Amino acid sequence: MDWYPLYNSLRIAAISTVIIFFLGILAAYYVAKLPRLVKGALDVVLTLPLVLPPTVVGYFLLRLLGPRRAVGMWFLETFDLKLTMVWYAAVFASAAVAFPLMYRTARGAFEAFDETLADAARTLGRSNTWIFWRVRMPCCRQGILAGTVLSFARALGEYGATAMIAGYTPGRTATISTTVYQLWRTGDDASAMKWVLVNLAISAVVLTAVNLMERRDRQARARRREAAP
Amino acid sequence: MSLLVTIRKDLGSFRLNVSFETQEGVLGLLGASGCGKSMTLRCIAGIVRPDEGRIVLNGRTLFDSRARIDLPPQRRRVGFLFQHYALFPHMTAAQNILSGMDRRMDKAARQARLEELLERFRLTGLEGRRPGQLSGGQQQRVALARILSGDPELLLLDEPFSALDSYLRWQLELELMEVLERFGKPAVLVSHSRGEVFRLCRQVCVLDQGRSQGVADTQALFDAPSTVAACLLSGCKNLSRARALPGGRVEALDWGVVLECARPLPPGLTHVGIQTRKLRPAAAPGPNVVPCRVERVIDDPDARILMLSTPASQPGQGLLRLEWVGDPSACPAPGAPFWVALDPGDLLLLTS
Repeated sequence: MDWYPLYNSLRIAAISTVIIFFLGILAAYYVAKLPRLVKGALDVVLTLPLVLPPTVVGYFLLRLLGPRRAVGMWFLETFDLKLTMVWYAAVFASAAVAFPLMYRTARGAFEAFDETLADAARTLGRSNTWIFWRVRMPCCRQGILAGTVLSFARALGEYGATAMIAGYTPGRTATISTTVYQLWRTGDDASAMKWVLVNLAISAVVLTAVNLMERRDRQARARRREAAP
Repeated sequence: MSLLVTIRKDLGSFRLNVSFETQEGVLGLLGASGCGKSMTLRCIAGIVRPDEGRIVLNGRTLFDSRARIDLPPQRRRVGFLFQHYALFPHMTAAQNILSGMDRRMDKAARQARLEELLERFRLTGLEGRRPGQLSGGQQQRVALARILSGDPELLLLDEPFSALDSYLRWQLELELMEVLERFGKPAVLVSHSRGEVFRLCRQVCVLDQGRSQGVADTQALFDAPSTVAACLLSGCKNLSRARALPGGRVEALDWGVVLECARPLPPGLTHVGIQTRKLRPAAAPGPNVVPCRVERVIDDPDARILMLSTPASQPGQGLLRLEWVGDPSACPAPGAPFWVALDPGDLLLLTS
């Protein structure tokens, strides 16, 4: 069995999760501070990929990154770099589709954050950077962790936009999800089943990990409560 | 050492308009809930920006709307004790205290300062605990140590005892008293409790719906409040709308009597009041004696309280409240007639 789709899927999901992690937190942090009207509008735009059919997201990405489109052409001419039908094209697809999950969970966490802690830190002379990394992020880590894991899971399962922008080339752009579809389409039911099982195993591992983390956190909190006199 | 504050800010439901000046020592900001006390502290600390005004601490301008000066909280050197302390929940007590220190200090100096503060605030042995593992009193000590670790020039205390069970308050008040005495620089304490302000503050400024009413010595304010808000906050329970009459007399409209006054009437008099402990039972009618009827007898932990209806009493209104200090068996029953003397020298003549 050729394990390339597994390797490709994992690296695509990992890279897009890293990108989403920073972009999602950045967006969440700044959007949470905006006035209500702007916030509402931006929120819609940033959450749209979550509810749009992935094929629509793929369509937009193709219109943007295709070799004859503005961004795609510029990259092709300047760096001789193709942005579609290559393995990393799938990173754009899964990042776009999974971004809202990170953004929304992080924003929820930031909005639940007690701003008095930031006020206190400022009166103690601490910079905003210090407050962000040493107070805000640790206090919101539950939500941020949940968003990261969900984004990773969603990126791993991306099919629609990926199929459109990266296509299916065995050994080059094939991911687990596109491979399952290709194998089923060509009637290779037994191989398709294998990849389905692989996919199930990964998803189960991810979800178990989330549950374990949650339980550990709950136990730690309960211990802390008991220890308090 | 001094703090000068003149700020105005539109808060939607009311306008904050506060001005006061204080030298070293503790100034109490006394006011009912939601009168803008905490907002005033936030403006001084730089967390909230006033619409206009000036804040000067020890000659250093922290805020001046006309000169366009608005120092960030980081550069104000103002220690803020928040109502619920605002300790960082994920850090240990030691990390919390260290977070208040100047980072230009070298590591050994910071460690030494930490040890000193831990000892001073009786936190030695607890430095590894997180705020969730500390009692309310210990949390307050960590918060105070954290604030003082940065060597502030001013302390702001926002309802420091409201997060505590009542039996803990007294102990912590004693501790805070000591901290404040040792601090020796200006401090502003916000509270709605007259007791706290009376015990901890040398001077007091009453805040009524966002407006400050000038700084007075605490003792003077409690003995002879001059405004209705100050009178209520000083714990006076007997208050009546009033009208000035010629000859220096006032008509207490809610009590239905005309009273002689020992002092000249202030211009714009709106109310007259008298402290509960200044009311005296009288044997017979006479000048400044109000003919009353005992409406209700209420047992309090320390005294027996008589609610007396006056000639102008409506149900639940215009009652006088008297503390019965004499022989409990001689206490009159509800319905009995009762005369109360309001000594002209004890009457509080109030403006709103």
